[in-house]
Amino acid sequence: MRANAALIEAIGRDPHFQTLVRRRTRFALALTALTLIIYFGYIAIVAFAPQWLGVPIGGGMTLGIPIGLLVIIAAFVLTALYVHRANTQYDALTRQILEEIK
Amino acid sequence: MSESWLAIVFFFIFITATLFITYWAARKTKTTAHFYAAGGGITGFQNGLALAGDYMSAASFLGIAGLVALNGFDGLIYSTGWLVGWPIILFLIAEPLRNLGKYTFADVVAYRLQQKPVRIAAVIGTLVVVLTYLIGQMVGAGTLIKLLFGLDYVVAVVIVGAVMMTYVLFGGMIATTWVQIIKACLLLGGAVLMAIWVLSKFNFNPTSLFAKAAEINGKGVLEPGTKVVTGAWDAVSLGLALMFGTAGLPHILMRFYTVPDATQARKSVVWATIWIGLFYLITFILGFGSMVLVGKEGILAAGGGGNMAAPLLAKALGGPLLFGFICAVAFATILAVVAGLTLSGAAALSHDLWVSTIKGGHASEEEQLKVARIASIILGICAILLGIAFQGQNVAYMVGLTFSIAASANFPALMLAIFWRRLTTAGAVCSILFGAIGTVVLIYLGPTVQLDLLKNMDAPNQWWFFPLKNPCLFTMTGAFLVGIVVSLIKPERASEEGFAEMEQRATLGVITKAQPAE
Repeated sequence: MRANAALIEAIGRDPHFQTLVRRRTRFALALTALTLIIYFGYIAIVAFAPQWLGVPIGGGMTLGIPIGLLVIIAAFVLTALYVHRANTQYDALTRQILEEIK
Repeated sequence: MSESWLAIVFFFIFITATLFITYWAARKTKTTAHFYAAGGGITGFQNGLALAGDYMSAASFLGIAGLVALNGFDGLIYSTGWLVGWPIILFLIAEPLRNLGKYTFADVVAYRLQQKPVRIAAVIGTLVVVLTYLIGQMVGAGTLIKLLFGLDYVVAVVIVGAVMMTYVLFGGMIATTWVQIIKACLLLGGAVLMAIWVLSKFNFNPTSLFAKAAEINGKGVLEPGTKVVTGAWDAVSLGLALMFGTAGLPHILMRFYTVPDATQARKSVVWATIWIGLFYLITFILGFGSMVLVGKEGILAAGGGGNMAAPLLAKALGGPLLFGFICAVAFATILAVVAGLTLSGAAALSHDLWVSTIKGGHASEEEQLKVARIASIILGICAILLGIAFQGQNVAYMVGLTFSIAASANFPALMLAIFWRRLTTAGAVCSILFGAIGTVVLIYLGPTVQLDLLKNMDAPNQWWFFPLKNPCLFTMTGAFLVGIVVSLIKPERASEEGFAEMEQRATLGVITKAQPAE
């Protein structure tokens, strides 16, 4: 056995631990889904309706360039969202759980 | 050739500096923890730079700049795909990986499963990715150095192999990390300088640059073309490979063990994402800059299929001095990336295969270090031989192949191991093998090998012909399905029982001293 069974059971029953796992998993999956939707939305346009991205929007630019940039910016924003929540909520919960079982 | 001279001078400065670092690192490399993971003493910021360094290979610097310079907008498809892989690593993989593993991603996959079969499968998954990636890098190195320095192809490949082996053999992960950090700074610095220089010629207004490019080459450069994406499903499949491939690259995953804890692992990804995102934005500017200031004809005339776009832009902007600097940086880039790849392959061979499988987890520090170094030498020699064997071949498809295999073989098993309670040993093994073998077979039966390489023009009429250039759409989803179905057919109690403890450790880190790392 890697760690003693009683401790594993205790942590497993700890409501803080359950909250942490549930919240983190849910948020991580939601952000992953969002990343997938944004990126594959973009790929779907490239794949199935490339002419949309060629629409001129003035100044010699086409719609494709700002949309491509938006995908990159979205990656930054989603990263920032996760990190903000992890640094505040998740780290605090982790510390709390580790305190309790000391 | 005064330009070659300057490039060679810059390159020797880089080699000398990095060999000093290797000497310094060698004196600190006393245990396997130092050799594989730099003793866990790298900070999140430093590791972020090193991750960016590992990721900004010659393929993404010279390749994407060239792709943009020749095809315009299409290059952006690669950049965005390669960037969005990073948030996925952050959300799903970085922290559990750091908390659960020691040196390789197989540590995590095998955590609650039977060690031997899973590790053997993971070694196969790792080596296929590492070797295909090495082929691409070594052939690229040989061709580029021939173009840039006028050195013979074989000599260039041997030099890259020998210097890289020196870093890995003596300095291990500490030297590899610092070589990556220095290279990342040089590459980012050089690219930023060039981008500002380009933009200064267009009143710092990128849209004037794009407008000028469209004026010269037609509006087509600002919209998706047919060069990169040959069909709708191919685009989706390529997108999947680019996005999830990153999360299955062994040399990237291994970097998360160089930081002390999960918080620093998180920080690493954030910094890596920032540097890589910035880098791709800059590369886009450089590509268009090269298209306008050098011109497509000039880029194609230089050879290397567009790879010379960035160096030629440097020459057009800053003359021989900047050209020499950028050439040296490109060389340094290849060197650093192959070092990282070789180290991750060596870790799989020694830590997963030799120590955990053959010796049942019992081997002294001296023996482990010795085996790791022998494995590095074997891989280094393989890299040189493969580079020579593939001389003159078009290896552009190798990068796509590598990402497809990584996304199909390693990523699904890793995800299932971390998040799915009912994964079994058989499920993980079948998933990895299906992903690795399936991808290689489908690429062989696909248009890249049959039409582009073998010129077998009758192939599309055969029943076995696979129509997509990139099989990831089928092989990655297939690997997930195989892993799930095989696990459901025959449940494994030990694995399910181990899940609670694994989840706790993945979330909280090592809880008590009573939990050894193995």
